Amino acid sequence: MRLRSIFLAPTALVMVLLFFVPLLIALAYSLLTRGPYGGVFPPWTIENYQRALDPLYLAILWRSVWLAAVSTALCLFMGFPLALYIARSARHKTLLLNLVMLPFWTSSLIRTYAWMFLLRDTGLVNTLLEGLHIVRAPLPLLFNDGAVVLGLVYGFLPFMVLPLYATLEKLDPALLDAAFDLGATPWVALRRVVVPLSKPGIAAGCVLVFIPCLGAYLTPDLMGGGKTVMLGNLVQSQFTTARDWPFGAAISLLLMLLVLLVARALAKQGEKLL
Amino acid sequence: MRRFLALYAGAAYLFLYLPLVVLGVFSFNSSKIATWRGFTFDWYRSVFHNAALFEGTMNSLIIALVATAVSTVIGTLAGYALWKKRAPWLTNALYMSLLAPEIIIGVSLLALFQWAFRFGHLRLGLHTVILAHISFSLVYVVIVILARLRTFDPALEEAASDLGANRWQVFRHVTIPLLMPAILAAGLLCFTVSFDDYVITSLVAGVDSETLPMMIYAMARKGISPEVNALSAMITVGLGVLVLLASRLERSR
Repeated sequence: MRLRSIFLAPTALVMVLLFFVPLLIALAYSLLTRGPYGGVFPPWTIENYQRALDPLYLAILWRSVWLAAVSTALCLFMGFPLALYIARSARHKTLLLNLVMLPFWTSSLIRTYAWMFLLRDTGLVNTLLEGLHIVRAPLPLLFNDGAVVLGLVYGFLPFMVLPLYATLEKLDPALLDAAFDLGATPWVALRRVVVPLSKPGIAAGCVLVFIPCLGAYLTPDLMGGGKTVMLGNLVQSQFTTARDWPFGAAISLLLMLLVLLVARALAKQGEKLL
Repeated sequence: MRRFLALYAGAAYLFLYLPLVVLGVFSFNSSKIATWRGFTFDWYRSVFHNAALFEGTMNSLIIALVATAVSTVIGTLAGYALWKKRAPWLTNALYMSLLAPEIIIGVSLLALFQWAFRFGHLRLGLHTVILAHISFSLVYVVIVILARLRTFDPALEEAASDLGANRWQVFRHVTIPLLMPAILAAGLLCFTVSFDDYVITSLVAGVDSETLPMMIYAMARKGISPEVNALSAMITVGLGVLVLLASRLERSR
């Protein structure tokens, strides 16, 4: 079918030239050596990957995984009851779900800025607390790990709610009735019936939140104030201030590999889900 | 239990919307600091009189419009072709581009452009930003188009070809008109993701192609600025309206 090839060609071309080729070039860069003033030069080497194993960088990897995991757990904690509420509500399901998605589609930069406006030393929360004489000096609410986690949870909560809603919505209410008839309290019914049956949704949501958190750049950059460094920030600094492109490229590819490995877990879960 | 869930959900919605509402309210605050001093439109006025912001907005609009036009057209064609017959490698590639951290897409595109510039007298600028935006927004178009085609009745196409239309005519006169709401929805989503992007854009933009998000970022870094509040409020409302429009189009028959 010739028409089909013509239809696919532009997209295939874009994906190859503007996605795969750049990754291949990054791969080549990661195997080269940094020049005295930046840039990339021969000889070929795997030194950049060896350097990535330095305890300094392993600590950043660990911190990224840890912050992403904490954010994911908090998203689940916030998202599960919310998704359950939407799925069990009699009317306005679509509206309630859209209200969760809406902030995600507006500017991520502005949403981060909104939190900065609230949490800065001179921000609204500290101004209020000082005005009410609850605290004397501004609380350090911004530019720390907690603020980064807050920003990540805020940014990616919709990714948790959507798959959770999809599984919870399909849950047969008769199963719950049965549990209640057999004397289960709401809490027991939730723990022994609802949660086990929504495992695929929980897994999908966790992966969907964990992946973007792991590669986050903007939130740790703005809300961590340069103090909380995650892998994304490490990559960015290598390509800009440090001018060490080969090392930055090596970190990028390792991060990409990590993301793909986590995503594969999702794909397997997805097969069970559908 | 129901009441607990309702309370919990209420708190979650408050968490999602309160920061944005507060930002919007304080964009009308006449004081420069975070205490309420009275109502004013001054910050909106100064946003509109800021020449640099105007230029940034124009850059962002040009980039978003061109990238959206290209992505929507070629993404629609690809979505249609993928619906006819699967092409797992292309679908996987598109999903990979969705999963890839923005910072990685950004630096690898930067690496590509710097490498390509060795062979010509080219520089980073609007054109490199547009190319980057096309590559990361394509997947959104394909997803929206494929989602719509899943509920599309193939009998409509068969009827047209039984009546003597060739493949192109079927696509042009039957499929496209029926897909139009989805195509528009895809375009609107493309526009919002493009207009909003900071991370990738900041890496592949040249000195003369600063976009609105890049300016907001620079201002957010410096500290609280009521001008940013006003600008943010306008962008959030604007993008919000586009998204609502898109979701309405997606559902319309």
